[in-house]
Amino acid sequence: MNRFAFLLVTIAVAFGARDASALDVFACEPEWGSLAHELAGDAVSIDVGTTALQDVHVIEAKPSLIAKVRKADLVVCTGADLEIGWLPQLIKQAGNPKVASGPGYFLASDQITTLEKPSKLDRSEGDIHPQGNPHFQMDPYRVLAIAKALDARLAELDPKNAATYQQKLADFTTRWTAAIKGWEAKAAPLKGRKVVVHHISWIYLETWLGLEQVGALEPKPGVPPTSAHLANLVDITKSSHAFAILRAAYQDSKPGDWLSEHTGVPAVTLPFTVGGDDQSKDLFGLYDSTIDKLLAVAK
Amino acid sequence: MKKSLLALTVSLVLAMPAFAAEKASDPTLQALDARIRALETEAQKLREQAAQALAEASAARAELDKMKTDQAAQAVAAPAAAPAPSSAESAVAAVSAPAESSSPSGGGANGNAFNPAIAVILNGQYAHHSQDPDRYVRAGFPVVPDTGPGPQGLSLGESEISFAANIDDKFYGQFTVSYHDDNGDASAEIEEAYIDTLTLPDGFNLRAGRFFSNIGYLNSHHTHTDNFVDRPLAYQAFLGNQYGDDGAQLRWVAPTDTYLELGGEAFRGENYPSSDAKNSGVGAWSLFAHAGGDVGDENSWLAGVSMLKSKSTLADDGFGGDDTLYLADGTWKWAPNGNTKDGGLTLRSELFFDRRDGTYTQPNEVFSDPTDPLTLPWTGDRRGAYLEAVYRLNRTWDIGYRFDKLWAPSSALPFATGYDPERHSIEATWRNSEFSFFRLQYSHDDPIQNIVDNAIFLQYDVALGAHGAHKF
Repeated sequence: MNRFAFLLVTIAVAFGARDASALDVFACEPEWGSLAHELAGDAVSIDVGTTALQDVHVIEAKPSLIAKVRKADLVVCTGADLEIGWLPQLIKQAGNPKVASGPGYFLASDQITTLEKPSKLDRSEGDIHPQGNPHFQMDPYRVLAIAKALDARLAELDPKNAATYQQKLADFTTRWTAAIKGWEAKAAPLKGRKVVVHHISWIYLETWLGLEQVGALEPKPGVPPTSAHLANLVDITKSSHAFAILRAAYQDSKPGDWLSEHTGVPAVTLPFTVGGDDQSKDLFGLYDSTIDKLLAVAK
Repeated sequence: MKKSLLALTVSLVLAMPAFAAEKASDPTLQALDARIRALETEAQKLREQAAQALAEASAARAELDKMKTDQAAQAVAAPAAAPAPSSAESAVAAVSAPAESSSPSGGGANGNAFNPAIAVILNGQYAHHSQDPDRYVRAGFPVVPDTGPGPQGLSLGESEISFAANIDDKFYGQFTVSYHDDNGDASAEIEEAYIDTLTLPDGFNLRAGRFFSNIGYLNSHHTHTDNFVDRPLAYQAFLGNQYGDDGAQLRWVAPTDTYLELGGEAFRGENYPSSDAKNSGVGAWSLFAHAGGDVGDENSWLAGVSMLKSKSTLADDGFGGDDTLYLADGTWKWAPNGNTKDGGLTLRSELFFDRRDGTYTQPNEVFSDPTDPLTLPWTGDRRGAYLEAVYRLNRTWDIGYRFDKLWAPSSALPFATGYDPERHSIEATWRNSEFSFFRLQYSHDDPIQNIVDNAIFLQYDVALGAHGAHKF
């Protein structure tokens, strides 16, 4: 027994002797990993739990993710129940009180207001999010608000590098604000245009750019659509003169392609998060690519 | 003259009633008149006030318009590289959560605000067996009550209600009551009632109460997350479907890139494979180790070894003595892009090795003379294994195959015949959402030589309310 305890201590010391100065950040989604990188650069080491090709609603509490949360000093996730199916299990399994609550647990949804908070909570409406639509990474103003809050959190956890974080936030804010102006000018022709979406994950982009959503392939989140709904959607798509059918990189292309075939309206795969296509190497690329792709089919 | 007189008369006649009336109601009229005058004054005053307000409002609007124009001009005039123009800043402020938003609104007055998360699992099935389940026997493996083929026909499966919440800053609690039907004797049972620590440092976790042991893979998983209607034969034979008991557990997760979990448990020893909690309150204990990780984005694995040592005076399968059970488990999941809910393959296998040293005593209620129960020596090793493969076609459908095998050498083991029981099962599951599924399963079971139980199952399983995150 003593020998066993000694072995445990040896292992703990051996693994505990990693570089203690760097903050370990676990980001649930690539966009927050990218944001943390903008704000902290090499001052932190960042682990991202998911990829742009994964549906973050239904990730499993994989052993590799438990190991990452176990080592983290800060967990940065979307919140608004997006990760309800896996994040609580990761935190429960990892036994890491630093990120179980308090400053080490950062939910982006706590920093901003959400849209589409359901007035009625009933699962007959599908897998709805009581705290509103969690796909707000596609609103640049909300991203900026989250950046400010995340920067303050980094400084709180790692006061030694507070000046670095502050300087990087200022730099990011300048570049991001300028970029927003560019995107808004570029996307001006999209204002008032109508779109059909795969999953209701585009409300923030639509609100920002003035797009109008006229229908969804998956009208109730997490529930497969009925054939009657699809037939109706073909009519709506045609009669409303929608210019595009939007889907995220991780989503199955078949339903959108089917609707596209039956209506002649092009289906567009948008990156949705960092890494969703070749151009989306960071948050700036994500927005550049999204607007380029929309403009390409808007003509 | 005559004319004027007439006119006077007429006017007098006409005027008379009026005159009379005026005379009669004079004070009332005066009062009315005074009121009207007062009202008129008031109305005039109001009109003046309104006019004043209107003037003020238009002045304010003019001022606002001026400010807007100024601001727009300023925004346009600001060079592109300048720090956030006020419009962006105000847009950010508009979407930022107010500072006090982290505290739930109205939490103080609402008695329900701290209610635990409540989850209800409803589960039922139809089963048809070609062999009578009441006469079911298995070579070398006396059937543990509540395991085995299950009831014939329509029946309610394990339906349960579970409450879970953080207790305070240091503890988490969970309480699960499940409904069981043991041949018509319906009973509610406390399946789990435990507390977990939340703040032990460095990857340590302590659990106390009643809970399922963390040995193997399936043992700590609730049956409603299984891929098949029933548990593998080895789980039925060696663990009575699932070993849970009153006890304490210490777990440690290593701070490594590869997931590594080590732990041990001490149990009261009341439930199968132990019994009667005789040994100063500690009748069973376990050690377990699990490791896991990813291979690229598309593959994940989890593997473990565990041991469960138990003592029993008379366990549910008639065994009394010392039992040591070793388990090895392995799970491999592959899914395109790692989207396991949309496709891919899950392979899982668990191996059991069981060493027993004691005696077999035939239960009294079974065809023996209660005054002289049959007793046989029971010393030897038995083994069990299963291998399952589940292929996920899409978010709605999966299909699966499972092979079960048990080994019991005929030497010195009760009811062992040299024949080793085996079973093949295939299943198809349809999911409407994360919260409901229907499953069809066919099993071809050879429990003893030359006897085959062909079984068809149709199962539903739904989750109401809070839907806790599942383990991998």
